[in-house]
Amino acid sequence: MQYNWDWGILFRDPYIWWLVDGLKWTLMIAMCAWVLAFVLGSALGIMRTSINPYLRLIGTTYVEIFRNIPLLVQLFLWYFVFPELLPEEAGRWVKREMPLPGFTTTVWALGLYTASRVCEQVRSGIDAIGIGQRNAGRAIGLSEAKVYIHVLLPNAYRIIIAPLTSEFLTIFKNSSLALTIGVIELTSMTRQIEEYTFQGFEAFTAATIIYSLVTFTVMGFMLHLEKRLHVPGRIVVEK
Amino acid sequence: MGDFDFAIIYNNIPFLFEGMKTTLLLTVAAVIGGIVIGTVLAIIRIANVPILAWIAAAYVNFFRSLPLILVIFWLYFLVPLVLGRPVGAFSSVLIAFVLFEAAYYSEIIRAGIASVSSGQVAAARAIGMTYTQCMRFIVLPQAFKAMIPVLLTQAIILFQDTSLVYVVGLKDFLVSAELIANRDQKLIEMFMFVAVVYFTICFAGSLLSSHLQRKLST
Repeated sequence: MQYNWDWGILFRDPYIWWLVDGLKWTLMIAMCAWVLAFVLGSALGIMRTSINPYLRLIGTTYVEIFRNIPLLVQLFLWYFVFPELLPEEAGRWVKREMPLPGFTTTVWALGLYTASRVCEQVRSGIDAIGIGQRNAGRAIGLSEAKVYIHVLLPNAYRIIIAPLTSEFLTIFKNSSLALTIGVIELTSMTRQIEEYTFQGFEAFTAATIIYSLVTFTVMGFMLHLEKRLHVPGRIVVEK
Repeated sequence: MGDFDFAIIYNNIPFLFEGMKTTLLLTVAAVIGGIVIGTVLAIIRIANVPILAWIAAAYVNFFRSLPLILVIFWLYFLVPLVLGRPVGAFSSVLIAFVLFEAAYYSEIIRAGIASVSSGQVAAARAIGMTYTQCMRFIVLPQAFKAMIPVLLTQAIILFQDTSLVYVVGLKDFLVSAELIANRDQKLIEMFMFVAVVYFTICFAGSLLSSHLQRKLST
């Protein structure tokens, strides 16, 4: 194996700033997409567990469509096809004038895709609480909406902290797909460093360490949170 | 939508089919490789082999913390460097998928093995089976049977993930469609067709998976 090592490259101007900038975009995509995925996913999870069959059908249809098409294909559909299907004015705005087109499209696509997965987690959390609490809530006179707000959701979120954490980490990792539509996030930056300096080994190692560090930090923090918010009386399944 | 051009799809079926063959070949090879290495990792962790169990756990957690695209880039860069000669994109991508998926499969298989009751292991050992025999004849057959639906679901996810070979330009189904889309300026038709094909295959797969799940649980 012939290779000229130069680990110093990672700490030299401008490459270190490229990495910082890449990480910044990766985190921004992940967090914005997570807000969308969490809000929409929760709404869909409520719909899928609702007593109304039409709401359930809408929720199920959404989940089946979004989780059975590869994320990359969805990203291309939003980026290349969606503007063409809009009325002319709106399409032109999306293509020409929308600020940060790559970033916005990635957040949107990633958020909608992950919402289908969050929905399934919220649904399993609500199902795990059991019908008893729902009935009890109704029996003391809470409306259907109030049962969700005060009884089902607070419990469900506490049960599904671990799976929601891994969904967040999946968004964080999936944000790398943004490079296919020209967003210079962390993976794309390291690729760029490789192309400029031919120090691929060092560049990819840097990205690997940064991704792992963020992942393990988030996991450590959420494990701590999970212990504190543990619902008393539930058996903890050791992972 | 009135001018949706179906002919562009119809005329390019053979070319698209070639791409789909690459996608399927990659999927099948990666599933097999992933399950084989995943099983080894899972057994090492369950048997609690000193040091090796720790390495296996570190391997799994390490790969699960990385984006697949980064792993694809790593291997695309590393494999030719290690071998000292250029290799096709397919080989390096396949190695990336096997290494990456093994981490995920190992977690599934570990859960499957754990679901076989420990009484059976004790019984097998009591009648004189060695650890290997016990795994081979008692635990693994039951574990795999219970795992089939989850393994299938993971295979569907892997099938979708193979579209990421786009980043190294390997001519799979998506890249073939994209080539036609850009050549003939038919982005709407081609990307929609790609989405419909992926959806049909994955939806059928997920129906099969939940059918098997129901069948096994009764």
